[in-house]
Amino acid sequence: MSNSVIEVPPKGGFSFDLCKRNELLAKKGVNPPSFRKTGTTIVGLIFQDGVILGADTRATEGPIVCDKNCEKIHYMAPNIYCCGAGTAADTEAVTDMVSSQLQLHRYHTGRESRVVTALTLLKRHLFNYQGYVSAALVLGGVDVSGPHLHTIYPHGSTDTLPFATMGSGSLAAMAVFESKYKEGLTRNEGIELVTEAICSGIFNDLGSGSNVDVCVITKGGKEYLRNHLQPNPRTYTSSKGYSFPKKTEVLLTKIIPLKEKVEIIGGGDAMEE
Amino acid sequence: MTKQQANWSPYDNNGGSCVAIAGADYCVIAADTRMSTGYNILTREYSKICKLADKCVMASSGFQADVKALQKQLAARHLIYQHQHNKQMSCPAMAQLLSNTLYYKRFFPYYSFNVLGGLDNEGKGCVFTYDAVGSYEKVGYSSQGYGSTLIMPFLDNQLKSPSPLLLPVQDAVTPLVEAEAVDLVKTVFASASERDIYTGDKLEIVVVNAAGIRREYMELRKD
Repeated sequence: MSNSVIEVPPKGGFSFDLCKRNELLAKKGVNPPSFRKTGTTIVGLIFQDGVILGADTRATEGPIVCDKNCEKIHYMAPNIYCCGAGTAADTEAVTDMVSSQLQLHRYHTGRESRVVTALTLLKRHLFNYQGYVSAALVLGGVDVSGPHLHTIYPHGSTDTLPFATMGSGSLAAMAVFESKYKEGLTRNEGIELVTEAICSGIFNDLGSGSNVDVCVITKGGKEYLRNHLQPNPRTYTSSKGYSFPKKTEVLLTKIIPLKEKVEIIGGGDAMEE
Repeated sequence: MTKQQANWSPYDNNGGSCVAIAGADYCVIAADTRMSTGYNILTREYSKICKLADKCVMASSGFQADVKALQKQLAARHLIYQHQHNKQMSCPAMAQLLSNTLYYKRFFPYYSFNVLGGLDNEGKGCVFTYDAVGSYEKVGYSSQGYGSTLIMPFLDNQLKSPSPLLLPVQDAVTPLVEAEAVDLVKTVFASASERDIYTGDKLEIVVVNAAGIRREYMELRKD
């Protein structure tokens, strides 16, 4: 009898086979490529008519800014939006996936999506991956049961709050919220407070920067204010401009004609189809 | 039994970038004024530039505690030199002194990445660039710090000949005029602070020429 082992394809999820080899390599000094994280400040608050979400727009790869104006407020449903902090690929993938699931659910039920539905779908997914999907989210929306605001952590736990902040700039933003938040804010007061909190993160946290995005969700609809505030213009542009050589310098030109290796005899039939 | 690693490091990196460009009769030394640790800003107004002698200025990025200690050492040795020789140290002499001081602590280095700029004995601009343990070289321009990976390629593109085989080789003292060199430095820092999180707040520019030492400031991004 042959000693063959039947190769079964993996059931899905993460495969940890290479972990030992990665650890060995890391000890030798060979580090894996870093993934793009959104340093980030994201916030949300509930005001008298609904929910306001805010986010900065800087994406970092270690100490370098790789995107100066990325979008961190993701669409989930016409009445639900989600801000994402952590690994950019993870936040994009997980919000896209749940957004699609919500749409299918809307077709199935014929009703507007509820925020708790999105919440449950997200937390179940993240818990399933035991924190390896590094997405920290601020989920907000208005449905038939009113305005809702939740935070979701990478391991799958959630909180329901009147105001929330996440990301590396969350402490800077929370300091602003804790000082100035009160219940029953008007739309303009709410937008101003959110903007102030994000600005606090932008200026005091090195992982956050560039512009402020704001999203206002009410029973009537939503208003996505992309680049609501741009407090960081380029500080200096030279008036004379700079020129760059169009190509690398040509030092030497030498042309060696190729010698034919194959002799072509004239005639012969064309190849058949 | 795996080797036990230290769980505390005596070093920290306070970020920042510095640049120096040498001209025919001037030298421009510039550094940003942001001091940070991890993701936090410690202060937006810290000067990384230190005047070591009449015609010799040093800019250092890295661990500012070590930088301060290094500056104190050099100042003390310069004072002794002045007492013994009755004159200020020249820039090339200070360059050698800095190299020796850094190598003296070869086995517990100053975590300090320096560029030294000034005028040599003939009044021509000179720039010396260092690593953390004292290896140095006289060059026409240099940058150090977190932003140097972004700044250096641009300076190479603008100030260096594309190939040493193309004559005249322009690598050393740049033919640029003082105002153009200052403009170049401002552009380079504005660009670096767009993409490097540790560079920003304010730019301090020091120009050394025959007339003396002049200081200038420019605002940079604060995020």
